[in-house]
Amino acid sequence: MMELVLIIISAMFVNNFVFSRFLGICPYLGVSKKMDSAVGMGMAVIFVMTVSAAIAWFLDKLLINLGLEFLRTIVFILVIAAFVQFIELFIKKNNPNLYDSLGIYLPLITTNCAILGLVVLNSMLKLNFLGAVFHALGASTGFAMALIIFAAIRERLDLYDIPKPFQDLSIALVTAGLLSMAFMGFQGMVK
Amino acid sequence: MKENENMAWYTFKKGITSENPTYVQALGMCPTLAVTTAAINGLGMGLAVTVVLTLSNIIVSLIRKAVPKDIRIPIFITVIATFVTMIDLLMHAYTYDLWKSLGIFIPLIVVNCIILGRAEAFASKNPVHYAALDGLGMGIGFTLSLFLLGSIREILGNGSWMGIHLWNFKMFMFILPPGAFITLGFLAAFFNYLKIKKEEAAKAKAKAAKQAQAQKA
Repeated sequence: MMELVLIIISAMFVNNFVFSRFLGICPYLGVSKKMDSAVGMGMAVIFVMTVSAAIAWFLDKLLINLGLEFLRTIVFILVIAAFVQFIELFIKKNNPNLYDSLGIYLPLITTNCAILGLVVLNSMLKLNFLGAVFHALGASTGFAMALIIFAAIRERLDLYDIPKPFQDLSIALVTAGLLSMAFMGFQGMVK
Repeated sequence: MKENENMAWYTFKKGITSENPTYVQALGMCPTLAVTTAAINGLGMGLAVTVVLTLSNIIVSLIRKAVPKDIRIPIFITVIATFVTMIDLLMHAYTYDLWKSLGIFIPLIVVNCIILGRAEAFASKNPVHYAALDGLGMGIGFTLSLFLLGSIREILGNGSWMGIHLWNFKMFMFILPPGAFITLGFLAAFFNYLKIKKEEAAKAKAKAAKQAQAQKA
């Protein structure tokens, strides 16, 4: 039990996907201009990442048993793409309200390297099933948290008079750097 | 013939300058930030992406008339993933140290938005030789950006360049994650500044030409 809690904390704070592993930077910079969209994207990532980690764990075992480890990348990305497509159709049919709030973020998730990155990491770290799922839960919550903090800062940045060359991408990157420095304070919390 | 040559040159050149994937389009940020702790890593990552991008552009362009529109994205991803797996195995066999330091970011070339973006926006609409040139240009543009960022971070953070020791002055922060964000932020601002200056100069020139014409009249 303690081990699972440690996995979650380490994935959320110490090895935060955005600030220390550099995964999912594209949606992090792209979808953080408005608070609403940051929350929507965060929720979509938490859901997709946790479920794909569970599916991929079984597939990984299957591939290892068949001796086809070199097909990992292809199989994982196709499964994630198919799964995201399936959820999109499913939510559209069954829960239009949820679709309105999450719908536009789902296609973006396929090319979110955080999902594939987590699945590959799980298979590299050789975690067991529960470990893999909790790792995904912690990592995706950490991603959502980073996204929401950043969106809150960015909404305020709009009010300031920033030198022209620094506007948009550049100031966003520098802000992310400062945030990342703050997150380095968690280093060494979990061994 | 001259026009064709110009067109080909432009297709190649735009990836390096006016449509640079990193500083202008802000694509493929994850590997850009993650692997550039040293110049050599940036170079290796850039070359791996260049190879995958050029080959996948060629294949996508060759099959562009046979691919049904609705399922084109999964097909493109399969093509890209195949080349990435090949590069992964080749690097594992021949450049083991580089393979180890790039780590998880080699399989992640699959989801690098530059590659899928070029397949979708360019290769699936243009003939093979242009697609190959476009892939090569974008790849070289990406490689140069990574090499620049990696060089700056290695020189400031480790006091060395391409593994050659320069001096003992080290600012450790540049090797760590915050350094990646901040260095890239300042580089982006610098290239933005150059662009703004260029636009202003062009505007001033156009204005001067207009005035000269008015005076003549």
